[in-house]
Amino acid sequence: MNIKQLIKQFLLLDMLRGFRITLKHFFSKKFTIMYPQEKTPTSPRFRGEHALRRYPNGEERCIACKLCEAVCPAQAITIEAEPRSDGSRRTTRYDIDMVKCIYCGLCQEACPVDAIVEGPNFEFTSTDRKGLVYNKAKLLKNGDKWEVDIAAMLQADAPYK
Amino acid sequence: MIAEYLTLINWENISYLVITILKIVGISLPLFLTVAYLTLAERKVIAAMQLRLGPTEVGYKGSLQPIADAVKLMFKEFVLPSASSKVVFVIAPLMVFVPALIAWAVIPFDEGIVLADVNLGVLYLLATSSLGVYGVLMAGWASNSSYAFLGSIRSAAQMVSYEVSMGLTLMSVILMAGSMNLTDIVMAQQGLWYCILAFPMFIVFVISILAETNRAPFDLPEAEAELVAGYNVEYGSMAFALFFLGEYANMIMMSAFTVILFLGGWLPPLDIPIFNAIPGVFWFFGKIAFILFIFLWARATFPRFRYDQLMRLGWKIFLPFTLFWLVLTASVMHLMGVA
Repeated sequence: MNIKQLIKQFLLLDMLRGFRITLKHFFSKKFTIMYPQEKTPTSPRFRGEHALRRYPNGEERCIACKLCEAVCPAQAITIEAEPRSDGSRRTTRYDIDMVKCIYCGLCQEACPVDAIVEGPNFEFTSTDRKGLVYNKAKLLKNGDKWEVDIAAMLQADAPYK
Repeated sequence: MIAEYLTLINWENISYLVITILKIVGISLPLFLTVAYLTLAERKVIAAMQLRLGPTEVGYKGSLQPIADAVKLMFKEFVLPSASSKVVFVIAPLMVFVPALIAWAVIPFDEGIVLADVNLGVLYLLATSSLGVYGVLMAGWASNSSYAFLGSIRSAAQMVSYEVSMGLTLMSVILMAGSMNLTDIVMAQQGLWYCILAFPMFIVFVISILAETNRAPFDLPEAEAELVAGYNVEYGSMAFALFFLGEYANMIMMSAFTVILFLGGWLPPLDIPIFNAIPGVFWFFGKIAFILFIFLWARATFPRFRYDQLMRLGWKIFLPFTLFWLVLTASVMHLMGVA
């Protein structure tokens, strides 16, 4: 140990540097976000709770092509479909098991008509598993509820697609 | 015989007793409150240094958090481990807590404002601060748990080791002041505080009190990584609260001790009218708050020492250094013809 090091140790210079850093942090801005009251901003690509969207005239977008069902890596989507009285193909059943879902967003990418999307909502906990198996009615309701936010997200991300 | 004792029951004695009890209550009640709010201050200060907010929910910005904590602890079940030594297990928390309280008897808050103005105040403080070791040892032994036992052994060894260098630091202060009375020591610092005159000793003392109160970076007794919580693992409810209160009361007491020995007690930093207008008690408490802040600051800054490093610092660096300084002080005073 040379004399320089010895002096440095005896004067506690490294300790003082440590003290200076913590004191600097003591006065700087805090990172804490008070979660239920405050939320972090989410990206337009945020993959949250699913929703089935409608056209502005109220007609559902989904055409029962089953691409989402086919692409889903977790096999969380179940679709049954038959022609409606007006001749268009529509789903009679559209279930997503939110427990199986891995929130990869592939269904959204596969959809040719932007019907199934993952919205900005991440607060959809349930006290039992049944509450996390979504049927078509629930997904359409989600679509109606979050349409404004979802449309904004899609528009913001559109230039990068 | 009995008649002799009965003569002691007169108005003068009773009023003296009542006034003394009131004084004790007057010191200890604010102390309890300070201890409670020191826990909040600790959480807030460390949170701020880690860029967090700390408790915010109870009361305005978390100001009622200590009360909530106390209520929670009081309603918890007191568990007496079946393998423990029951009597010692119950007494141990009191043995930690009580010495931290009785030490305040000799602390002068301002000139003349002191419960007992004894001539051996320094010795009394050193003695009471050492008594806490027994509580820790008893707790570790009575718990009949290996974690608690190891924690208490570490704690005892640490407190005993650092008492040596603390004692030697005190000696040089006593030499300079020429008295062991705490009021005299403060009065001797008029003009120049001992933290300037004996600056290295001030640093050594502050580090020693960190070790003495088992605080970070010397909080090996409660090393949660290897000992869970140290000597108080088996304790819960109010018994745990007493350990906790004892630790924090000890911190405040040691800070007061430092302020008296090195920071001029209730004396203002400069002898000018504006500073003199502020009552000495405020200076005293302000300085205590500063030392307490250093306690918390150090906890937020430094990682925990290893056990051998702790012992090396105590015995191989502090002990020779304080001894050297003691001899130096004595020699300089002799050459200057002060003593």
